[in-house]
Amino acid sequence: MTAPLDNAVTLKHTPDDKPLLGFWIYLMTDCLLFASLFATYIVLHNNTYGGPGGSELFDMPSILVETLILLTSSFTCGLAMIAVRQRSIKHTLFWIGFTFVLGVIFLFMELTEFKHLIAEGNSWHRSGFLSSFFTLVGTHGLHIAIGLLWLLVMGWKLIKQGFTINTIRRLTLFSMFWHFLDIIWIFIFTFVYLIGALQL
Amino acid sequence: MKKINSPSRHIISYSIGFLSSIILTVIAYAVVVHDVFTDFWSPAAIAIILAVLASLQLVIQLLFFLHLGDEEKPRWKLLSFIFAFIILGIVVFGSLWIMFDLNARMMMSPEDMIKYMNRQTGL
Amino acid sequence: MNLFADILGKLSFDALPQEMVTLGAGIGMTLGALGLVALITYLKRWTWLWKEWITSLDPKKIGIMYIIVATVMMLRGFADVIMMRLQQALSVGDSNGLFTADTFQQVFSAHGTIMIFFVAMGLMFGIINLIVPLQIGARDVAFPFLNSVSFWLFFAGMIIINLPMVLGEFSAAGWLAYPPLSGSQYSPGVGVDYWIWSLQLSGIGSLLSGINFIVTILKMRAPGMTLMKMPVFSWSVLISMIMVIFAFPILTATLTLLYLDRTMGMHFFTADGGGNMMMYVNLIWAWGHPEVYILVLPAFGIFSEVVATFSRKRLFGYKSMIWAMSAIAFLSFIVWLHHFFTMGAGASVNAFFGIMTMIIGIPTGVKIFNWLFTMFRGRIKFNSPMIWFMGFVFLFTLGGMTGVMLAVPGIDYQVHNSLFLVAHFHTMIISGVVFGFFAGLNYWFPKIFGFTLHEGLGKAAAWLWSCGFVLAFGPLFILGLMGATRRLDHYEDTSWQTLFIIAGVGVAIIGLGIASQLLQIFISVKRRKQNMDTTGDPWNGRTLEWSTVSPAPFYNFAIIPTVTERDQFWETKQTGSAQTAPIYTDIHMPKNTGAGVIIAGFSFLVGFGAVWHIPWLAVIGVAGAIIAIVIRLTNDETEYTIPATQVAQLELASQHKGQYK
Repeated sequence: MTAPLDNAVTLKHTPDDKPLLGFWIYLMTDCLLFASLFATYIVLHNNTYGGPGGSELFDMPSILVETLILLTSSFTCGLAMIAVRQRSIKHTLFWIGFTFVLGVIFLFMELTEFKHLIAEGNSWHRSGFLSSFFTLVGTHGLHIAIGLLWLLVMGWKLIKQGFTINTIRRLTLFSMFWHFLDIIWIFIFTFVYLIGALQL
Repeated sequence: MKKINSPSRHIISYSIGFLSSIILTVIAYAVVVHDVFTDFWSPAAIAIILAVLASLQLVIQLLFFLHLGDEEKPRWKLLSFIFAFIILGIVVFGSLWIMFDLNARMMMSPEDMIKYMNRQTGL
Repeated sequence: MNLFADILGKLSFDALPQEMVTLGAGIGMTLGALGLVALITYLKRWTWLWKEWITSLDPKKIGIMYIIVATVMMLRGFADVIMMRLQQALSVGDSNGLFTADTFQQVFSAHGTIMIFFVAMGLMFGIINLIVPLQIGARDVAFPFLNSVSFWLFFAGMIIINLPMVLGEFSAAGWLAYPPLSGSQYSPGVGVDYWIWSLQLSGIGSLLSGINFIVTILKMRAPGMTLMKMPVFSWSVLISMIMVIFAFPILTATLTLLYLDRTMGMHFFTADGGGNMMMYVNLIWAWGHPEVYILVLPAFGIFSEVVATFSRKRLFGYKSMIWAMSAIAFLSFIVWLHHFFTMGAGASVNAFFGIMTMIIGIPTGVKIFNWLFTMFRGRIKFNSPMIWFMGFVFLFTLGGMTGVMLAVPGIDYQVHNSLFLVAHFHTMIISGVVFGFFAGLNYWFPKIFGFTLHEGLGKAAAWLWSCGFVLAFGPLFILGLMGATRRLDHYEDTSWQTLFIIAGVGVAIIGLGIASQLLQIFISVKRRKQNMDTTGDPWNGRTLEWSTVSPAPFYNFAIIPTVTERDQFWETKQTGSAQTAPIYTDIHMPKNTGAGVIIAGFSFLVGFGAVWHIPWLAVIGVAGAIIAIVIRLTNDETEYTIPATQVAQLELASQHKGQYK
């Protein structure tokens, strides 16, 4: 026995905005993940265990370049989204390609920094401070790597299928992800590198 | 915010976000690296300035990159962000309060410990 | 040997069980699994299992699978209880009981972990999957495929936590594995890694479920159902899921840090190297305290539905109920330090968290009074869900008061880590969470299966559980005040033994309760012809799930209902709105897919490889999971359409048949 309460009303076919909200909520959970890592970093940042602290380790000019590169990639990602809105495959591919290259450069610079630290004997074994440094910055790097993989798949799908509801939606989600990672990096830049360089 | 879906509006929005982010980043960098500032202000003051600059940049990127202000009602994204932000603040600042309070009590230097014990026993 | 170590990591023949107890359990589990496989093969049910269940995206089927897993895990957790009670009743003075200290430690660690993560969480997500879409008038959840991934991750976590019975050992570091005990120095074996990866996988599953149900509730309510017209159970789920998405990332991070400490030689929580082990305790409880409320809020929601239905009255104080739940949710994020008052924080810190903890008692009290006022002057029918409610109200209120006692830091210093604490949190979790879910299962069973459960055995189970509970945990309160600490595998004071034996008797009575529940299901299935629910509304219910046929069809509602009132179905029945001929439309449903189980299978390989330090296996797992996700997400044809004519036929058939199965 179904009780049809009002038969005249049927569901309107509205565009599906559930994935956008779902993905946004996922980003909020990721915020909390990073918050836990930030809290751990701040608690442990003075525990250098006789090893070097932040101000002795960080190569500030290259960090600034990294930051500006990631910021620019966030901007080009926005330009890609404008191209998507104009339904221009060529421009979209150009701008996501641009974003991809900037992302790769960023990741490469970060890994180079890690390599130098490890080569000088300042790896994550050294102290609680370095453990939390590598984990916090490395987790951000891992997200960037996942984003780059995502971008590759999206490029392939765009070339193969062009604009469909799904490709457009997934590019929108990607742009949210990429802007979000940029925001997280601002806080890493500020609280890990800049304040770390201050020698508080 | 008015809803005009012309591409130029979006380009302007992204450009504003991009330029102001670059400016804020460079200011933050200069405050730390340049002697003029580090001689003038104490590290604690600089840290507060940096936190303010980062928060400004957060707001700018939320508005101009993630378009948080453009959402139609009900504003679930904005609400979930505000709530996440509150919980995040509780977790981070709560943890720091707890852990630094613990350190202050448990990780005293021997001299501080003697002073503390004397104070407690009224000596 | 070196070659083996390269390929198999820490895995070798030594990993097979050595001791009698674990050997017996291992053989039993292996035989059980083999028997199940043989039975399915004999009945030729593999294709059926794959097509109808494993690949299913129907939340009702996923819900049933959650509940089956949780039931099996409850039996396993209860077996651990019997071992602990036997040991503590016998191991006094000169006797050393039945088990070695190491076995005993693994038993209580497994008991706590399994009961929280795989019984309570499993029952909760099971009931949510079954009921929330029906209650809000939706056909499905927001992300059906993600729901399948969540369940199979939960399942993979369940497999990992049961593997130690046949391979290696389990963690002996308690259910929350505090370092430095759980660090690589003091727990060099694979036990803690099993614990970490089991929780990591099921925790990620819970996180994804949380996102899924928030979006479902926010975006898929029936037309007209504003938030303030939404049934209280759906409200409780919404609030609980909001807590899930904010609490579980902290768990994910904390477990990762502990694993990095153990395998990569990092120094987050180590005693040397600049680590800070109290940071672990801080982080794990920043997740752990909300977790308790994540479990109990849906149980509160269930009781609200049950009490209103069986009192034939509108729920008293609907709005205050929702405000109380929101307040509990918010407050539960600012009380976590009360789990470690004794670590040595200053008076101001302890006072703040103590006061916040006491304040939580206020909204909880509001809820208790609301339920009582709902019953006041109601025409109450004492069906089995109501008996569970009565048990809950008495025990939970008493247990809550011991909680307010523990919230006073001074008292906490006395009874910290004693059996008093153990008795307190079991009162909250058993009489609050578990009774609530049992009430819910009894209440909603006919909606899912089409026939009601045997009432007599249901009531017997509720009485046996409640009485057994008092006997099992009453003595522990007293023992705790006498100075018995938790996790004792042996004690010298013989005067404690009587109380431990009484607690054992209580557990035996709870065992009878479990037996009558199993018997209840068995008999009800056998006599289902007599107990058919032909109306779809066996309890004279109030909310939308009772407006569709029982068992609910896979598309839930042929016509999505429209809502104008709070207890919509009740109002419809009262006003008796005219039945017009229904006009059916096409229904879009998701296709079944095996991608969920495949992704979880690869995640299992990651976990297994990480536990046993087999890098190539973990790499295969990660790569496989990524490829499976990409393939699934690039598949655009995931839905199919049931034409309106077919919907009409299905509806006609179910109305005429009135029975099914």
